Amino acid sequence: MTQSAITEAPVAGPDVPVARRSPRLRWILLAVGLVAALALPWFVYPPVAMDIVAMALFAIALDILLGYTGLLSFGHAAFWGSSAYVTALIATHYGVPFPVAVLGGAVFAMILALPIGYVSVRRSGIYFAMVTLAFAQMVYFIGYQWSDLTGGENGLQGVPRSFFGIELVETESFYFYYAALPILLFGMWAAWRIVHSPFGRVLVSIRDNSQRARALGYEVEKYKVIAFVLSAGLTGLAGGVFAISHGFVALTELHWTTSGDVVLMTVLGGIGTLWGGAVGAFLTVMLADYLASSGFHGIDLVTGSVFVIVVLLFRRGVWGTVRHRWMVHRQRRLSSRR
Amino acid sequence: MFAVTPGRVAVRTRALTKVFRGFRAVDAVDLEVREGSVHALVGPNGAGKTTLFNLLTGFLSPTSGAITVFDEDVTGKPPEQVARRGVARSFQITSLFETLTSREHVELALQGHGRQGFRFWRSEKLLGRNRARVDELLAQVGLTSLADKQVGLLAYGQKRALELSLVLALDPPVMLLDEPTAGMGIEDVDRTIELVRRISAGRTVVFVDHNMHVVGSLADRVTVLQQGRVLAEGGYDEVRNDERVITAYLGEADHA
Repeated sequence: MTQSAITEAPVAGPDVPVARRSPRLRWILLAVGLVAALALPWFVYPPVAMDIVAMALFAIALDILLGYTGLLSFGHAAFWGSSAYVTALIATHYGVPFPVAVLGGAVFAMILALPIGYVSVRRSGIYFAMVTLAFAQMVYFIGYQWSDLTGGENGLQGVPRSFFGIELVETESFYFYYAALPILLFGMWAAWRIVHSPFGRVLVSIRDNSQRARALGYEVEKYKVIAFVLSAGLTGLAGGVFAISHGFVALTELHWTTSGDVVLMTVLGGIGTLWGGAVGAFLTVMLADYLASSGFHGIDLVTGSVFVIVVLLFRRGVWGTVRHRWMVHRQRRLSSRR
Repeated sequence: MFAVTPGRVAVRTRALTKVFRGFRAVDAVDLEVREGSVHALVGPNGAGKTTLFNLLTGFLSPTSGAITVFDEDVTGKPPEQVARRGVARSFQITSLFETLTSREHVELALQGHGRQGFRFWRSEKLLGRNRARVDELLAQVGLTSLADKQVGLLAYGQKRALELSLVLALDPPVMLLDEPTAGMGIEDVDRTIELVRRISAGRTVVFVDHNMHVVGSLADRVTVLQQGRVLAEGGYDEVRNDERVITAYLGEADHA
């Protein structure tokens, strides 16, 4: 405490990675991710591959709030599910190409997120989580009751998949995957852009120390609402693609367990890492699919156990741990070179 | 720099009172801070200095009374609005964004006033545009060589220095510094005094400090608080010779 600011040696905190990733590595990772996304339906049953990428965007969109703004939304099923319904309704009633329907669903999710976000961000921590959950339950209830529109417990069936009359895409899920992939990749790019923008920097500052951000003149609530709406919009893109891919929307998409699942995926991959969400979604969907196809009945038991083990062993999540190890390694190499 | 009108009041409180569950932390305080002056708030622990700071900057709402900044009523306004009216503060307990670097801190502070922070579709490299200004601000507080280190890794004194540079980045007409030298060693205290003196030209500064050396070197005017009330006010020498003050506070600090 009594040393000079200049002479005192900085103490390395155990938790703060110092090195930032090199630009070259960033390009390599991007290329690997793209190749993986393009190759996925060759190795995985295409509808499952579509689920993985849609869930990946869902988890990434949630991470904008959870990892970068420090807000745990426990009501994102409202945006995922409502976009799925709206997308399905637009596709059914207007017969437009599916990307247009998906866009409509995402816009609806953003409109819905505005009042929900406006109210929810007045609270933080567990209260924020509970308020978002309560709103999502209200949306679920509306979806359940308004069966003329949503089909209630039966869901919406036979959602058409229209794509400029290109039959291969409309009927074969393998080709549909490639038609829908750009929408989801765009969503992921947008999420990356958001967290690495001037706006994203403010979000991180709010996460780290919201009072200090206020003292610098930032209107913290406004930033949180915008982050919430953007996250809901990207969630909506994912939910819309999911609905078209399945040709069916079930009430489950609005259920609170869907909100819980996406939180698990994000945490499993590593919060505040963005791409961790994709890793979490891949692992979760693949595991559930493997167990289901092997006729096993305790899927949730196994995925739950995996989650507990991963979080206990790697509290940064799978991707978060890999990234951290790499940075520590890089830091050592850099300092030994000096 | 700002045009200073001598005699104009920069910050004024009228019967400002904050009650916490029956405890009057700040009790009917009338304060007048002249534009361009360096005004110290002193008093024993629990005298209400930090509460007064929190009231002045909107982090607390007063129970009663009023606050004006350049004759504009800011009573009950939230912190970000007070900040946007040109009142910037530093914190007694170092309050930073642990995962960002010093440079990123200053960049954030520089864009705080505009609407640029909402641009989620642009690259954060945009924040680096003011590089010369950022470098200058970091150099002012001696953090040039540590600019790209995450502040979680900085030493205490370095974090205090960064606190000051954030206030400076806002380039505010009114600066409120809550114990700018708390926990610093002698040489850093003197450096900080020098720095505050330099940056106070053309600005109004209100600061809290326990170190009488700091108060004596910087303050044009001193307000002594005790149990939430104003005990005495005047120039440093005037106040330090005040009987009530000697018994209440300076007695232990200065005449020990």
